[in-house]
Amino acid sequence: MIRIARLVAAKDLRIEARSRVLLWQVVPFGVIALLLAGLALGPTQAGHSTAGPGLFYLVTLFVTLLMINRSQSLENAAGTRASVATLGLDPAGVFLGKAAALSVELWITGVVLLAGSVLVLHTALIGTVHALPSILVTLTTLAVAGTLYGALTQGGDGPATLLPVLTLPAFAPLLIAGERSYSAALHGGALWEWWVIVVVALVAYTAVGILLYGVLEES
Amino acid sequence: MASDHPVVRLVNAVVMSRGFPLLSGVDLELERGSLNVVTGANGAGKTSLLRLLGGLDALSSGAGEVAGIDLAHGDRRQLRRRVGWLGHEGSFYADLSVRENLLFAARALARPEGDVDTALRRVGLAHRAATITKQLSAGQRRRLGLAWLLVRRPELWLLDEPYASLDDAGREFFDHLLAEVVDAGASVVLSAHDALRSRELRPRTIRMAGGRVDGP
Repeated sequence: MIRIARLVAAKDLRIEARSRVLLWQVVPFGVIALLLAGLALGPTQAGHSTAGPGLFYLVTLFVTLLMINRSQSLENAAGTRASVATLGLDPAGVFLGKAAALSVELWITGVVLLAGSVLVLHTALIGTVHALPSILVTLTTLAVAGTLYGALTQGGDGPATLLPVLTLPAFAPLLIAGERSYSAALHGGALWEWWVIVVVALVAYTAVGILLYGVLEES
Repeated sequence: MASDHPVVRLVNAVVMSRGFPLLSGVDLELERGSLNVVTGANGAGKTSLLRLLGGLDALSSGAGEVAGIDLAHGDRRQLRRRVGWLGHEGSFYADLSVRENLLFAARALARPEGDVDTALRRVGLAHRAATITKQLSAGQRRRLGLAWLLVRRPELWLLDEPYASLDDAGREFFDHLLAEVVDAGASVVLSAHDALRSRELRPRTIRMAGGRVDGP
């Protein structure tokens, strides 16, 4: 399982590095969305700082949906699905590999968006650095859950437009917990309670993915 | 398992998709080490038959066995490991190079990486090893598909309209390769609109119409 996971993750990251979809399409989209969110709030810097964590996670949500679609589309290209299916890869390994690659892509995008938050929304740099571990864990959880829902909506003939409808209820607790822990790092407050929610969700989604990804692929 | 055990045995095999029968009662038996051509018009069920044999679509009713694995109750993932699929769309990661695509297959199946270079030389793509797959011509992608199958060494080769996009030299090369594969003991089922014109190969031709085997 681990061998297949490493193979799939390396393949997805190599494709991303070569196609540069992340660099030239997804990251610029995220930065522009963050900039527009800042403009919508008006010129008051204090308001920006308060809303910063929420806006960061809102933009992260849009970016995550794009990247889940992108990750699944690699496998759904005409003919590729059948050829790769006949390799008989361990579905748990495929799930872990795709989730790992998506996590790395979200970390890169997240770091760029955090820098954008500091510059555009004037969130405190030190507080943002303190929040970084919790943000990376939240992004990993979004990647794991997103990989699962991506397979659910695109594994068969399901339209890609189903993805936001299905994922939003699942992502909402993660986004709230992520926003709360980021706010706590910026303005003080209970940080660990929100971490626990994210870590429990990460463990649960990983377990469900390992057990069910093969079923979703077949559905 | 006895070597004279058929590689494919279907009895009244039905495959449904959203209430529509893709295969509507196929009876078929194919010998091991045989070359078989499935012909028929568009929508006759050629690709559906190949997908059923590859474990890519499930049997809705009837009975069947492919490479010793029961289609109704067996492990389809296990079946897929025993078959090789070459679709007419071109079947690879477009942003990986030719060599990277083959290395992916070799590593996934724990095959020696040296097999990749051997396969590339065999299909005449060694000089294209570093080329990104989406930059290949349709004929070259077809050769890459063959290299993928050579690396995999499946027991049953399933080739969906493999002669499409091939020039005369490509067709001749393809015929030679299929002859070698069959001589080495593998079984081949390929789909085509018409019977093969090759003088080198003497395949069994199976005609399909309306999701059934129509003859011979």
